[in-house]
Amino acid sequence: MILSLRGIGKQFYGNRVLSDVSFDVAPGQIVGLVGENGAGKTTLMKILFSMPEIHETGGYEGGIFWNGKEVRFKSPFDALDAGIGMVHQEFSLIPGFTAAENILLNREPLYKSALTDIFSPRISRLDRKTMTELAKAAIDKLGVALDPAMLVKEMPVGHKQFTEIARELCRANVKLIVLDEPTAVLTESEAEVLLSSLRLLAAEGIALIFISHRLREVVELCDRIVVLRDGKKIEEVPAKGCSAKTIASLMVGRSVETQRAESAGIHEGEKDDDKEEPVLSVERLWVDMPGETVRDVTFSVKKGEIFGIGGLAGQGKLGIPNGIMGLSPAGGVVKLHGKPLRMGSPNAALERGVAFVSEDRRGVGLLLDEGIDWNITFSAMQIRDKFLKPLLGGLFQWRSDREMCSVANEYISLLDIKCTGPRQRVGNLSGGNQQKVCLAKAFALQPDILFVSEPTRGIDIGAKAIVLETLKRYNSEYGTTIIMVSSELEELRSICQRIAVIYEGRIEGILPHTALLEEFGVLMAGAKDAPKTPNEERPAESDRRSEH
Amino acid sequence: MEQIKRFVADFGLPRIIIAVYLLGLFLMAPMVGVSLPGALSDTSIRIGMNGIMVLALVPMIQSGCGLNFGLSLGVIAGLLGATCSIQTGYVGARGFLCAILVSQVFGAIFGYGYGTLLNRVKGGEMMISTYVGFSSVMVMSIAWLVLPFTSPVMIWGYGGEGLRTTISVENFWRHILDDFLAVQISDFKFPTGAILFFLFVSLAIWAFFHLKIGTAMTAVGSNPSYARASGVDVNRMRVISVVLSTMLGAMGIVVYQQSFGFIQLYDGPLYMAFPAVAAILIGGAGVNKASLTNVFIGVALYQGILTMTPLIFNAVLKLDMSDVIRIIVSNGMILYALTRKTKVLK
Repeated sequence: MILSLRGIGKQFYGNRVLSDVSFDVAPGQIVGLVGENGAGKTTLMKILFSMPEIHETGGYEGGIFWNGKEVRFKSPFDALDAGIGMVHQEFSLIPGFTAAENILLNREPLYKSALTDIFSPRISRLDRKTMTELAKAAIDKLGVALDPAMLVKEMPVGHKQFTEIARELCRANVKLIVLDEPTAVLTESEAEVLLSSLRLLAAEGIALIFISHRLREVVELCDRIVVLRDGKKIEEVPAKGCSAKTIASLMVGRSVETQRAESAGIHEGEKDDDKEEPVLSVERLWVDMPGETVRDVTFSVKKGEIFGIGGLAGQGKLGIPNGIMGLSPAGGVVKLHGKPLRMGSPNAALERGVAFVSEDRRGVGLLLDEGIDWNITFSAMQIRDKFLKPLLGGLFQWRSDREMCSVANEYISLLDIKCTGPRQRVGNLSGGNQQKVCLAKAFALQPDILFVSEPTRGIDIGAKAIVLETLKRYNSEYGTTIIMVSSELEELRSICQRIAVIYEGRIEGILPHTALLEEFGVLMAGAKDAPKTPNEERPAESDRRSEH
Repeated sequence: MEQIKRFVADFGLPRIIIAVYLLGLFLMAPMVGVSLPGALSDTSIRIGMNGIMVLALVPMIQSGCGLNFGLSLGVIAGLLGATCSIQTGYVGARGFLCAILVSQVFGAIFGYGYGTLLNRVKGGEMMISTYVGFSSVMVMSIAWLVLPFTSPVMIWGYGGEGLRTTISVENFWRHILDDFLAVQISDFKFPTGAILFFLFVSLAIWAFFHLKIGTAMTAVGSNPSYARASGVDVNRMRVISVVLSTMLGAMGIVVYQQSFGFIQLYDGPLYMAFPAVAAILIGGAGVNKASLTNVFIGVALYQGILTMTPLIFNAVLKLDMSDVIRIIVSNGMILYALTRKTKVLK
């Protein structure tokens, strides 16, 4: 075993994110590491690399064994020296340098001269010929055609990823490479090439840890798959004979029975008369939102319903509300109460009684430099002409600061926003309180239909509960139709009646909240219809049979 | 002690230093034989002269278009207003009003085009506006020669064509605001009219930012994505702010001329934007937030120092270097102001 992790655990300020994770990696082996967002994959890798934030928060539990000996790396450099490489999700390359320069950055072969002896090696010249050769050798190991003299900024995305990997390979003693979502930014054909290069590497005896959300790739590439969930190792399975579906259900599934029991009690006010006219119907919606492209989505929502939209990151669930609200270029037909909505205009949507709580709280949701009162009342002022006093027979509309303050105070007590007063700058509030301000802003518009996008992202558990509780209460008190987009399946299941799962910009299926977690897992992984990889259909089918 | 620390943090150390320096200059004045009443009246006249041009920067800062280095465009609109008014031959209040009205029309037209241009270069507004300012001055330098003005007061004595570089407004509306209700005690003169006019325009701007549209404009400057998601037409707000800024700049230069006594054409408007920008920055405005307090404090500090420093230095050094010192001080303050980006809280 080149690397063994034994009982790794980690807590941040009493908040446990990892507990007792153990697995081994042998030379030449590819281990897939999968789990939902927040399952602890990143923390685990940070521990392996001994990132400063791990030390600063009190170190970790358990032991890391490298070549059979227990090691405690003091810094990422120790880990690199030991022969562990890391390929990051975001490229850390210098755009203006060539591939070779990037690959050998800070490790360049140098010409020796008398001057460097007298002064310091800092003034020595680069041996560009050897550099190119070394870079070429590393690239050849990957088995791809990549010109070492090409500037990184002129490369297609795939080549950048190869440059990153080549850089790790080029270290003399590299024995293990960790790849954090290396295919996330690649097209499918580029990903294919990358996967075959990785197989080549493994064949040369380099161990790989492959982290990815694309489960099909993981199943295809890896020898063994480690599934993390809520900081625990749930399962370690050989990839052979495994399907994306089983992995997905392992990723999301808690103990299924208890979940069903819990959720059965929650929903009393469900509506099941199908005759009712849908309040919102979406037909063939496409949205061009970077990283969250929606290709073809059709669904309808009844009045007073809480409708959930789920799916893994990057599959397009966030594009849906942004497209309907006119914040991203979109097309298709969106009807409110049977009448079509003008696309591409936030104003049109807002005037028709649609409000939106954006997932981009700091970027779109808030005026960070203004007070709570402004943030809550601004939309309602601009759209509904509230908090305004007409002057000179309506010629001017004067802002009523006092009314704004009193409304802000109402929401501060209603949502329990912790602040020094309604004039406090929103930028100084905590994430949870900022989210409450965002909700208050939407409520102040008194919407018919409320889109809520990732309402609990990045906020603490107490605030989460209040946010979800408020949404539920608002829905039952005012009959507001709520469409909630979230990557937290558990939350969707706890407050929504129906949940649509988005996969690659399309609705993979709409399930009632009572559906089994495995069923959601299947839809999220897109294993239901995967025409592009017919070879995967079969194991998926056999799995399903074996389950029944 | 705590309170002093808080005050220093809120008010900003640089502004305190500048204020203390200015106070020191005023205190020194009697000692070195400079007439204090005269110095004070010079300062107040300069505040009245320049106030509106500093105010003109506020709308664009608030809407997120940054500092209006293209204020020269507004100044050109004002020059067109002033020259047209002289062409009509109106004198007194009538001539002054005519100049203001015509300048506002040109300001609105220029501002619309300028605003539309700035909407296409989001993120690079300040650089583009500098170029807009400079290039429009150059275009107008040609235009002043060929525009069909005929008033003998304005055109070159020889040739009979083209406008002069400086045109006196002495027989038209010189000091029309400065002398309105002016208080004169020996050599102290307070330009009540000009200051009142400045305060009146400030009040109008203050009111504007309390209207629905002004609120929307502030939100656009604070976070354009938020404003857009709240149904505000961001581009429209920005154009309105640029139009407003250009119109105020046009009004500002007419007020400046009535006090100064001359209309300066050709490259006169070239360096009008920098002192205004420096004043508002010294007043504590940020690139995205400016208040009327920033304008008042800024214009008082900047103009005060600009008036007092040469006076005191001349008296101490017994040399007549007032213009040299004035240029060193004003450009030094501009340089200082442009290097500080942080906003103060009050």
